[in-house]
Amino acid sequence: MSFKTFKIDDMDLSAAEDDTILQVAREHDIFIPTLCFLEGLSPVGACRLCLVEIKGSSKLVPACVTQVQEGMEVLTNSERLQKYRRMVIEMLFSEGNHICAVCVSNGHCDLQYLAQRLGVDHNELPYLHQQKPVDASHYRFAIDHNRCVLCTRCVRVCDEIEGAHTWDVMSHGIDSQVITDLMQPWGDSETCTSCGKCIQVCPTGALFKKSKAVAEMVKEHEFLPYLKTMRETK
Amino acid sequence: MTLDELIPFAESELEEREQYEHEIHVCVSSSCHSSNSEAIKDAIQAEIDAKGMSKTCRVKGVGCMGICAAGPMVAVDPDGVLYEQITPDHAADIVATIDKSPDERLSHPTDTPFFNRQFKIVLENAGKIDPNSIQDYIAADGYTALYKVLNEVMPKGVISRMMRSGLRGRGGAGYPAGLKWSTVAKAKGERKFVICNGDEGDPGAFMDRSIMEADPHRILEGMAIAAYAVGADQGYIYVRAEYPLAIKRLKNAIRQAKKLGFLGDNIFDTPFSFNVDIRLGAGAFVCGEETALIASVEGGRGNPRPRPPYPAAYGLWGYPTLINNAETLANVPSIMRHGAGWFSAIGTEGSKGTKVFALSGRVKNIGLIEVPMGITLREIIFDIGGGIPDGKKFKAVQTGGPSGGCIPEEYLDMPVEYESLKELGSIMGSGGMIVMDETSSMVDVAKYFMEFSMSESCGKCIPCRVGTRQMHDLLDRISKGMGTTHDLHQLEELCDMVQATSLCGLGQSAPNPVVSTLRYFRHEYLELLTDYDPDAAVAADETSEVTQ
Ligand SMILES: Cc1cc2nc3c(=O)[nH]c(=O)nc-3n(C[C@H](O)[C@H](O)[C@H](O)COP(=O)(O)O)c2cc1C
Ligand code: SF4
Ligand code: SF4
Ligand code: FES
Repeated sequence: MSFKTFKIDDMDLSAAEDDTILQVAREHDIFIPTLCFLEGLSPVGACRLCLVEIKGSSKLVPACVTQVQEGMEVLTNSERLQKYRRMVIEMLFSEGNHICAVCVSNGHCDLQYLAQRLGVDHNELPYLHQQKPVDASHYRFAIDHNRCVLCTRCVRVCDEIEGAHTWDVMSHGIDSQVITDLMQPWGDSETCTSCGKCIQVCPTGALFKKSKAVAEMVKEHEFLPYLKTMRETK
Repeated sequence: MTLDELIPFAESELEEREQYEHEIHVCVSSSCHSSNSEAIKDAIQAEIDAKGMSKTCRVKGVGCMGICAAGPMVAVDPDGVLYEQITPDHAADIVATIDKSPDERLSHPTDTPFFNRQFKIVLENAGKIDPNSIQDYIAADGYTALYKVLNEVMPKGVISRMMRSGLRGRGGAGYPAGLKWSTVAKAKGERKFVICNGDEGDPGAFMDRSIMEADPHRILEGMAIAAYAVGADQGYIYVRAEYPLAIKRLKNAIRQAKKLGFLGDNIFDTPFSFNVDIRLGAGAFVCGEETALIASVEGGRGNPRPRPPYPAAYGLWGYPTLINNAETLANVPSIMRHGAGWFSAIGTEGSKGTKVFALSGRVKNIGLIEVPMGITLREIIFDIGGGIPDGKKFKAVQTGGPSGGCIPEEYLDMPVEYESLKELGSIMGSGGMIVMDETSSMVDVAKYFMEFSMSESCGKCIPCRVGTRQMHDLLDRISKGMGTTHDLHQLEELCDMVQATSLCGLGQSAPNPVVSTLRYFRHEYLELLTDYDPDAAVAADETSEVTQ
């Protein structure tokens, strides 16, 4: 295997050639915000929060899918990036309904954490006030589409890990929505195995267990790398 | 089949043609077709039969003649007479004037700049040959380029010719075709594919449709040559389902080419085998983006994915894939036939050959034109286009559709080439060209395109999904006279952010119409703001001029 040497934020580093910028950064405790990325699922580069600058290029690249290159100098936290990241979070807040105080995930939510960490203390963008449905037809789980950030983590875990492919995305643009089967109520789904993996990977309070009250929905993010390791060593 | 067999094929067609003193060409492309031109064709045929002229005169359905707004069009060869706005009732009048002076009431002048300022490569057969006849294409030198390439040139030589020709992609971005071909040729893979991008989703664009409808074999020949050069054995033409006529003609062309052995196994008795199939798009603009298109051909949801890896390395089902626009591929047979030098002598330093534009909006001659690169916008709009109708003044010309921008009067003498259009804040794009006169509001124009991008966004990435909607809402507010300076500021911030952070070209270029209209027509925005202060604006203008 060949190795590459490069810099992230002025730190000299080396890594295997097919490592991504994000992998290396995480190994060295360099913070790059992510939302759609989840260790153990195929990366899709959709949320754009992990965009970083490469010195000498005006184009921003997503750290989660970009492999390191010899001599590359990565900047992870320029003012420009900070501003764009705050705008991404503001866009999500304007798109959905994220009233943390009444949410099952309050205190355990990736979106809430990112907003705090990235310094989003107010929202400049007008709220779109979309009225999206809640599907509580499943006997154990429910989805509140108003809290969905369309990261497709549920879609990928269901397809790639559980192999059920119950979830998918319907429609496009601002009308995009995750659906179960061919947009049947979740409770009527023939493919759902009720394994609950989607609940665990969902970064917000969009997917939750019915038994949870406000701020009680703690998700087990660690189960996925663990499951992968167990499957691989078997 | 060998070239020796190909030549008699062409000759028999040419001989047959010589038996006729006259040929009447009726346009049967989409625009005229929808005005019932098949019935016109039948009426003229019936009239000729009735007059007992069927031995000396034949009627032929042909592809687009370009001047669609005047259609349905009928041409009489070799008299060189062109008739416009024909109905089946005119059949007798047209047939009666054959060999005599043309019917003045119906004829359309042909010695105008609209015709003589154009330069045709990809449309050279459009309006001349019958798109349903492979013989017609062969008689026009069709498939000779493929024959020669397969028998006389190594794949490397083909690529070198493409490189030297200077042909750049006509699908929007203008990436050098030869370079792309050589990357795919070098990529390692058990299989390789060639895809012709005929999705053409820009509003108002119909360049690729016309080529596919008028001269489908040209696309097939271009694809086969490309496949030979890069080492592919299977090709797909991705056409939007809204183009039924193009699909029908392409299917027919594929069937004919297979029958004669120009597609299939051991083409022209060489080891080269290549098949082509058609895949239909469901009419989403974003499916024209290459990675989304590939996902769609694979049967998935047409969402773009991050690049790299580029399709050249990791394309259809993970195999190296060459994806070119339909017009790009349509140039290939001509380049192979006439040589790279011939092609690169046309156009400018950085932009070679010709470009097809769909000229529309507030201009007299609406239609499809093919012009040499380097021609000025003024020549296109005022000479070929005939200027602005109703005595109105020109205001701006929009190129590149929802990914492009508006160019004002003062830059009309700029040559049409990739770099200069980009410098002006627009792009060459795929060939949409919309002319606007003094009555159009530039804020409305920007809003129109943003509405398009918003409704065509695939929704995968946040900046485009939410950003286009937010920008659209702001433009809507401003255009209704309800916006403030703060709204305008926010709009500009969003433009910058969406451009820089979106995943694919749709989001990255969606702000362009706003940015370019703000650049040249900022005052139109300012005048609509509720807190607009003319004095402050003048002062700001002066300072900005000083700082510039
Ligand atoms: C949103 C979007 C839509 C596109 N639509 C088309 C299209 O309709 N036709 C096309 O040829 N290229 C389209 N493209 C460009 C393709 O991604 C690709 O660059 C092109 O097909 C390559 O061919 P070329 O190099 O011959 O131009 C589109 C790109 C984007 C970002
Ligand atoms: S439901 Fe949760 S995991 Fe699924 S797309 Fe929405 S936010 Fe992501
Ligand atoms: S930029 Fe728009 S169209 Fe492209 S991937 Fe993002 S949401 Fe989809
Ligand atoms: S984490 Fe990289 S784009 Fe979402």
